[in-house]
Amino acid sequence: MKPAKFDYAKAADAADAVAKLGASDDFIKPIAGGMSLGPMMNLRLAQPDALVDVGGLTDLRKIEDRGDSVFIGAAVTHAMIEDGAVPEPSNGMLRFVAGQIAYRAVRNRGTVGGSIAHADPAADWPTALRVLGAEAVVAGPGGEKSVPLADFQIGPFTVALEPDEIVAGLSIPKLSPDAKWGYYKVCRKPGEFADSLGTVVIDEALGNFRAVLGANDGAPADLDAVAEKLRGGATSVSIDEVKAVLADAGMAFDEYHEQIHAVSISRAVKEAFAR
Amino acid sequence: MTQVTMTVNGKQVSGDVEPRTSLADFVREQLRLTGTHLGCEHGVCGACTLELDGAPARSCITYAVQCDGADIRTIEGFDDDEVMEQLRQAFSAHHGLQCGYCTPGMLATCRDIVTRLPDADERRVRLELSGNLCRCTGYVGIVRAVLAVLEQRRGG
Repeated sequence: MKPAKFDYAKAADAADAVAKLGASDDFIKPIAGGMSLGPMMNLRLAQPDALVDVGGLTDLRKIEDRGDSVFIGAAVTHAMIEDGAVPEPSNGMLRFVAGQIAYRAVRNRGTVGGSIAHADPAADWPTALRVLGAEAVVAGPGGEKSVPLADFQIGPFTVALEPDEIVAGLSIPKLSPDAKWGYYKVCRKPGEFADSLGTVVIDEALGNFRAVLGANDGAPADLDAVAEKLRGGATSVSIDEVKAVLADAGMAFDEYHEQIHAVSISRAVKEAFAR
Repeated sequence: MTQVTMTVNGKQVSGDVEPRTSLADFVREQLRLTGTHLGCEHGVCGACTLELDGAPARSCITYAVQCDGADIRTIEGFDDDEVMEQLRQAFSAHHGLQCGYCTPGMLATCRDIVTRLPDADERRVRLELSGNLCRCTGYVGIVRAVLAVLEQRRGG
């Protein structure tokens, strides 16, 4: 349960991190909190040649209210978000999600950028920020670009990041004041990774209706047919309706997962209207 | 090998480590502070929890090299701490430990609960303790101890 050998360098800032990541053909990974990479390396599921430490870098911890959106630097921790460091863009959803990630000791170190870049299907931020319509701000040798999460998230543990690019932050559009959100996580024990994550956003004023299913073994999945029901005024979506949507979308699961995925989406809708 | 310097229990210490040396192994093996325990070594059991820059953190998945310049408190560093003394007495009175293996990490988390969440009720205490596993006690005594300290600190 000890990692394989690796070299280590502390980045001076984001630009230095990008330069160090691109310095050779070796397998070099950025590390921030290490709350996802650390376990993988201790289990030797990941054996990078070198790590570049971006944890706590000032230029990756910016938090900005940009009017119709907020920007959260990649190295902002889940605990900082839980404790209210981010001007609220989501009628409480951001703090709610942050506060139930793993355990406080993990939240004190784990970062939102790390979560998005690591792209564990069962993690919270990849699904939660997708349903909020967020974009990943990616920093590379050529500068910065903004990538919608629907394009950034490719598959399990796979995102559109070159070896010499890092997630610099997340840009989250603000919900309107009356927008509703639902976030239903199926897990047997508090703090565990999810077996299923049902999330919905219903924002009539801005015309945004989204439903995203997380922890489905792949990238978070947009359930457009559920979103259309919500757009059409549905205030509930039954378990059978969700199962039909999943089947029509060609998403096949075993009986247990079909059930819990349908339940998580159905209950996310129910919660959204109950809140 | 890399040299790291950090403050541990109020004293500045330096050591030579491999990048892959965990903070837990650094304090245990090089500083002989064996109160910090290793259980799962992937961040879920909580036995390794100590205080890093004033907040609980998992020392099994934190590398010593990441902690250059950091302020670390292990269980040994809380001997004269007023809050930890309240917790120690409550753990004794309410039977909050048997073998003691989870206890240092458990206390790191419990101290954070009683200082950060002074109004926590039983449900909240149990939720906040879910990252510290105990194989002996069934948690009842630990929860009672935390609730007792919360009440004591509210002036009860």
